[in-house]
Amino acid sequence: MTAAASPTTLTLAGAINAGLRQALSDDPSVVLIGEDIGRLGGVFRVTDGLQNEFGPRRVYDSPLAESGIVGVAIGLALRGYRPVCEIQFDGFIYPAFDQIVSQLAKMHARSRGALRLPITIRVPVGGGIGAVEHHSESNEAYFCHTAGLRVVACASPQDAHVMLQQAIACDDPVIFYEPKRRYWDKAEVSPGAPDSAEPGLDKARVVVEGSDVTLVAYGPTTRTALDIAQIAAGEGRSVEVIDLRSLSPIDLPTLVGSAAKTGRVIVVHEAPTFVGLGAEIAAAITEQCFHHLEAPVLRVGGYNTPYPPARAEEDYLPDPDRVLDAIDRSLAY
Amino acid sequence: MRGGRVTGLLDTSPNLDLVRVLDPDGRVLPDSPFAGSVMPELARDLYRWMVLARSLDQEAYNLQRQGELGLWLSCRGQEAAQIGSVSALRTSDHIFPAYREHAVGLYRGISPGELLSSWRGCTHGGWDPARYRMHIYSLVLATQTLHATGYAMGVQADGADEVVLAYLGDGASSQGDANEALNWAAVSQAPVIFFCQNNQWAISTPAAAQFRTPLHQRAAGFGLSAAYVDGNDALAVHAVTADAVARVRAGNGPAFIEAMTYRMAGHSTSDDPRRYRDDTEVKEWQALDPLARLAALLTEQGWIDERFRGALDAEADDLTAETRRACHALPTPELADTFRNTLVAETALLSQERTAFTAFKESFA
Repeated sequence: MTAAASPTTLTLAGAINAGLRQALSDDPSVVLIGEDIGRLGGVFRVTDGLQNEFGPRRVYDSPLAESGIVGVAIGLALRGYRPVCEIQFDGFIYPAFDQIVSQLAKMHARSRGALRLPITIRVPVGGGIGAVEHHSESNEAYFCHTAGLRVVACASPQDAHVMLQQAIACDDPVIFYEPKRRYWDKAEVSPGAPDSAEPGLDKARVVVEGSDVTLVAYGPTTRTALDIAQIAAGEGRSVEVIDLRSLSPIDLPTLVGSAAKTGRVIVVHEAPTFVGLGAEIAAAITEQCFHHLEAPVLRVGGYNTPYPPARAEEDYLPDPDRVLDAIDRSLAY
Repeated sequence: MRGGRVTGLLDTSPNLDLVRVLDPDGRVLPDSPFAGSVMPELARDLYRWMVLARSLDQEAYNLQRQGELGLWLSCRGQEAAQIGSVSALRTSDHIFPAYREHAVGLYRGISPGELLSSWRGCTHGGWDPARYRMHIYSLVLATQTLHATGYAMGVQADGADEVVLAYLGDGASSQGDANEALNWAAVSQAPVIFFCQNNQWAISTPAAAQFRTPLHQRAAGFGLSAAYVDGNDALAVHAVTADAVARVRAGNGPAFIEAMTYRMAGHSTSDDPRRYRDDTEVKEWQALDPLARLAALLTEQGWIDERFRGALDAEADDLTAETRRACHALPTPELADTFRNTLVAETALLSQERTAFTAFKESFA
């Protein structure tokens, strides 16, 4: 543990970089594996400078093989290491799907608790950066549906810095989503190992308190929701914003508490709404606080289409207009 | 096996000679590179383990036919490949099996009950890998080759004096994971040995429909040191594996061994090999039985006598009886335990589901 440094302004990418540096310094079993993460520092420069500092064994430039990255990480974890994998883009994770779903997620249960795989898989996620095909996907529902994984998404530099270190320290496998269009967002971060006042990795956070309607967002849409809360405030509406943070498990007590208070809940995510996380949240809230609800839980998200070409993505992504429209619909019940 | 070639092989000529120590009748081949390694004690020991493995395998097969196991994947015919290779490792060397390596598990001390438990539907694993330095079976083909590579990279980073051995089959060689692992191992120079039991059949798909380049040749193309051995010749397998292990342990990078053998039974007890393969082929390979070959050497040389045979028969009978007893004694799994073992720290959702499940079940008690 190093003494907490004074707060400093960092981008979200820089906050993750600082978190990785902290984890590599604190724990010699931490190793980073990924494509182009060493000399280049990753395509988003998230691992910038780390190979120089910790060497090519601990910051390993892998062959271009995603199944290999996760499969090799499993072997390293079985040997006692704590691997942190980087999947270069969300849409490149599918070659590793079998290793994640059939191997990583199930090993602890298959061995009846004898084996632990403390592996973190970092995934830049979502759209909004004008990218080509396969570089803008939101595939969290696949992994949330798989027992044996923890799935989280960070939204702010401070949370990115802390949650990443918590994920690495966690003895369960963690899929760690990084909102790539927010990589350059800046905010004040308290660098260093997480202190005990920080919420746990499995906890949601009420970012803005409100009384009329609850927006549940995560990853890239958390900032969208915060922007909307401001706009709505100007229209005299009090919007509560919850950053879900943990997508599996879901922090239901926090969601239910808010739903019971406002009676209106809207889930906002980039992923298609069909069989998405919003569907699970809507069902769980309906089951747990049906009598408090003034309106059905609504969802604003991606459509049931492949992610569109970049010049059409503005219409696909949940934006303030679509969410404000949903708020109107919710309040009209 | 005629002219040094194994029947059923591809037309493509292998670029290595098939290593053998014994001819099919159990006579030492004087020009074999490993002829000098034939020692009575080693031959007796390999033979003993092969006989025991076949007993366990046969009894497990019987148990499946009697409805006691859901499925069994027989290793009959592959005892020399398995015992010959595992016996060339140190007990500290970690093994990543596929799913048919029962002889390997038996050799490593895994109990019959532990070996049978997943096939009876009692677990998805069966044993503690740390205890036997042998990972649990991987049913999804070739996934374990990447785990072995990663584990070997850890060994390398630790500077430990260990090697890692992964078993795979001819069918698994077509998987992406197998090829990623071979390449990755070569690039990283990790201390891993891939031991491929080419048993000629992947369920109903013959090796000739699986690949065009012989596997040892493909491995050499990836940059591994490759060997090609008669997998029904336990002494040859042992010698080739020991040779590879020594080179890998000395830091010379990964190795690949292709052992030509034969899956005498169906792929599994649910399979019907008569639908896709000729009885004449099976009979040809029956004549190459690895146990009979080693027994011929031992008898011819006078390295085993009636007393040895009697004692081994008794030991095999005991193992057969123990296999049956242990199978029946396997505890029925409790679903409630699965909730606890899904994650290291049980989540609220898991504990709620477990509590609700238990209460619901108890309401019928």
